[in-house]
Amino acid sequence: MTRVDGYGRIDRTRTLSFTFDGIVRTAHPGDTLASALLAQGVTTLGTSVRLGRPRGVLGSWTEDPCGLVQIEEPFPEPMLLATTVDVVDGLVARGVPGRGRLAEVADTARYDHRHLHCDVLVVGAGPAGLVAAREAARAGQDVVLVDDRPTPGGTLTGTEMIDGRPALEFVDAVAAELAAAPHVTHLQATTAFGHYDDGFVLALERCGEGSDPRQRVHRIRAGRVVVAAGAFERPIVFEDADRPGVMLASAARDLLHRHGVLAGRVVVVFTVDDSAYAAALDLHRAGAAVRVVDARAEAPAGWARRCADAGIVVEPGTDVRGTLGDDRVRAALVGEARREVPCDLLLVSGGWNPTAHLFSHVGGRLAFDDELVGFRPAGDLPGTAVVGAAHGTYALADVLREGAAATGSATDAPHAEPEEITPRGTLWRTPGDPARQFVDIARDATVADIARAVGAGMTSVEHVKRYTTIGTAHDQGKTSGILASGITAELLGRPVGALGTTTFRPPYTPVPFAALAGRDRGDLYDPVRTTPVHDRHVALGAEFEDVGQWKRARHYPRPGEDMAAAVLRECAAVRGAVGMMDGSTLGKIDVRGPDAGVLLDHLYTNLMSTLKVGRVRYGVMCGNDGMVFDDGTVLRLAEDRFLVTTTTGNAAHVLDWMEEWVQTEWPDLRVRLTSVTEQWSILAVAGPRSRDVIGRVFADVDVSNEAFGFMTWQDTELDGVPVRLARISFSGELAVEVTVASWYAADLWDRLLAAGEPWGITPYGTETMHVLRAEKGYPIIGQDTDGTVTPHDLGMAWAVSKKKTDFVGKRSFARPLNADPQRKHLVSLLPTDAATMLPEGSQIVDLPDDGLLPPPPVAMLGHVTSSYRSAELGRPFALALVRGGRDRVGEVVAVPVGDQLVAVEIGDTVLVDPEGARRDG
Amino acid sequence: MQLITCPWCGPREETEFRYGGQADLAYPADPSALDDEQWARFVFFRDNPEGAFAERWCHDAGCRRWLRAVRDTRTYVFAETRPYGRTA
Ligand SMILES: [Zn+2]
Repeated sequence: MTRVDGYGRIDRTRTLSFTFDGIVRTAHPGDTLASALLAQGVTTLGTSVRLGRPRGVLGSWTEDPCGLVQIEEPFPEPMLLATTVDVVDGLVARGVPGRGRLAEVADTARYDHRHLHCDVLVVGAGPAGLVAAREAARAGQDVVLVDDRPTPGGTLTGTEMIDGRPALEFVDAVAAELAAAPHVTHLQATTAFGHYDDGFVLALERCGEGSDPRQRVHRIRAGRVVVAAGAFERPIVFEDADRPGVMLASAARDLLHRHGVLAGRVVVVFTVDDSAYAAALDLHRAGAAVRVVDARAEAPAGWARRCADAGIVVEPGTDVRGTLGDDRVRAALVGEARREVPCDLLLVSGGWNPTAHLFSHVGGRLAFDDELVGFRPAGDLPGTAVVGAAHGTYALADVLREGAAATGSATDAPHAEPEEITPRGTLWRTPGDPARQFVDIARDATVADIARAVGAGMTSVEHVKRYTTIGTAHDQGKTSGILASGITAELLGRPVGALGTTTFRPPYTPVPFAALAGRDRGDLYDPVRTTPVHDRHVALGAEFEDVGQWKRARHYPRPGEDMAAAVLRECAAVRGAVGMMDGSTLGKIDVRGPDAGVLLDHLYTNLMSTLKVGRVRYGVMCGNDGMVFDDGTVLRLAEDRFLVTTTTGNAAHVLDWMEEWVQTEWPDLRVRLTSVTEQWSILAVAGPRSRDVIGRVFADVDVSNEAFGFMTWQDTELDGVPVRLARISFSGELAVEVTVASWYAADLWDRLLAAGEPWGITPYGTETMHVLRAEKGYPIIGQDTDGTVTPHDLGMAWAVSKKKTDFVGKRSFARPLNADPQRKHLVSLLPTDAATMLPEGSQIVDLPDDGLLPPPPVAMLGHVTSSYRSAELGRPFALALVRGGRDRVGEVVAVPVGDQLVAVEIGDTVLVDPEGARRDG
Repeated sequence: MQLITCPWCGPREETEFRYGGQADLAYPADPSALDDEQWARFVFFRDNPEGAFAERWCHDAGCRRWLRAVRDTRTYVFAETRPYGRTA
């Protein structure tokens, strides 16, 4: 055991049990997986991804590049850092070689989102962030304070003094003040991982295993963002520095003060920065034998004196060149002579990198500071302040002042004693074999890899990063990125400041997809829209298809039927007797106002203003480019009122389109548009016996063709409920669309079904509807068209007004290309074998004399847009867009199906009832 | 995610809005009077300046009103938003 008494903020009165690599071990609340393992002398957690070298932990938090574990229990999660996993009772984990496995079972935990709005968001609850939050709270501002570690205090160890008392007492006092303050939200274990425009920050809260939710993404909109995210220490590159037992000096200090773990008994500290001396003294006090190797020519006088007092040997002017050991480090090789200095822990400090990610995310520029030997924020960003170590300010007294100044006045800053500062050394690596000098331990990438990149001519750190993969692992180069810049600069003989760093992008630390998804998964992934008749379809055993967000009944298979059989039966019922379809999903727009007709004349290719009240007209809409984008029927309800129907999937788009013209182009038109899609349900009763069914249900209505003609509508009532009947047919058969307020739709469905029983009324779905309309050559916009098809291409010149001086799309019809006889036309295709179903999307080619598909390139004539089996025709048929198709009716062309060429005859689009005799029954 | 100030609703998240391209492109008074190239320029051609750009946006998931914005294409910063068709 390496746990030392009197240190750490763990609860030693309680013991937890966990399993690592199959061995049951103990821990205390407050332990991370890494601290618990190190406390029991486990220093090797896994192996490296490419070379299989042993890997321990280098850091003590999210900066760690190598301590990767796979969690198995309580729920499988791949590639987490042992330094960031809180031990819970029953935790099962194992070390992994840079790869984990995803869970194969659904995650039953809940993940959530929350929106927060505040005047000031402070990121980081170290000394700078705490003071910034305190001053903002005292000024009465709405404050959100987030910090990624379980407890506030940042890198304060408790050995520091603030306002004359131990630092952690100060931390507790500020936390208590914030807890008591109104308008303050203080979240620990919450990582701000992305910073976006206008003060928008995303933060991930880990609520704890077993909590509901398990994790929560906070979407924070802040008036100001104060980044007090601290800094990460960086290592120095030397041979075999990837060996377990080599650790950042700050990590060893953190493990001691946070978890009571003494990570080694015989310690060598290799540094070019004063901060490592504090670690040396702390570990010495905790019982370790410590020796300091300082690569600077002179050791800092004050620290050297304190070390001398403690009996710590300090060797300035030399360096560490390598390590010896098996799995764990056994000795440091010091100086050019590579003198063996025994140790079981080799601490390294190459200086610090300000954690300025959240400044970079929003475009903040970083500049190299020679004195700091690091990149720090340069210049100002509106609404964003960077303070403390994140700003490159490391002395505690200055950190506190910056924190106070960010939200209040520096004069209100708590007091800390000034510190002796000696110049930092600049040391990226020591002399040695570049192939054994690992820069990114997570990627097994070495100085030799950088040298190869530079040798290949790369001069940008962005290119070197991608060539070497340095900085692309889970840690995104928190410790290795700047080292790579420094070493690349050295190899290029350029100053590192001129080279710069790679770009920091969100997320700052890995974020589980489950957390990003929150509750938007499963049934809640996307809204599901069902019609008021949905339950009836379910009861009838319907298969459903998705049309946009709608669930539409596709067909109603009877026991033993597949879709093909069900659709043939449903088609035969409609053509032979009567069927009923739920058409409630059709888009419906109420167009109202004295200029309603003027607007519709602008937007439809045909005239709508001449439509008489009580009548219905089919219309086509085009864009300015003259291409069809929607179609539907228009009912004139009154002189100043129309009801426009749209395709199911395009309803919102058509309403948007109409609104756009009304608001931006013709704002003087007196017209208002209202979506009534969900207010009205439409049940289509179709087939030669539909008149009987309607007549039976609506006994007061004269349903004769003379009294109720095709493309007319009339209002009636059913037990006092208003109902609209319209003679509209999308099947070519006699048909009535029955419209009722959606509240009554299910009841109306039942009544129509009951009334139709004598004629065997058959519910039919969208697949049957598609077959029936295709047999009549009615196109489905978006299936038979693709945004390059004009009304003329569809054979709908009849729907294009020649009287109107203008309408949207008209001018484009006059382009020469529109008159090209080789445009693709909608036609029908009948396979000459009367048997083959042509796959939709199939290409159409000329039929070669030998019946064999020639080698490419083969000229394409067009493609199959719709293809079905027809009960009426007794054979499969298709609709297709074919070059000059209308002029080739009767010709035989070919469709490759698998490795066969299927001969197909081009025909007119209307295959069933070309005379249109059936629509009147 | 940016905030866009809707003239009716105030600052709202950009995901509530739909982009509507360049502003102030009036539908020609008489399209038939234009030659093919002039018509094609109206239908297909748009400016792409570096800097201030007058644009149309629609507050789709809010009041559903169109607005006219001036936005800097380098920084995305909105200089102004106002009801569409109004100059002040
Ligand atoms: Zn609005």
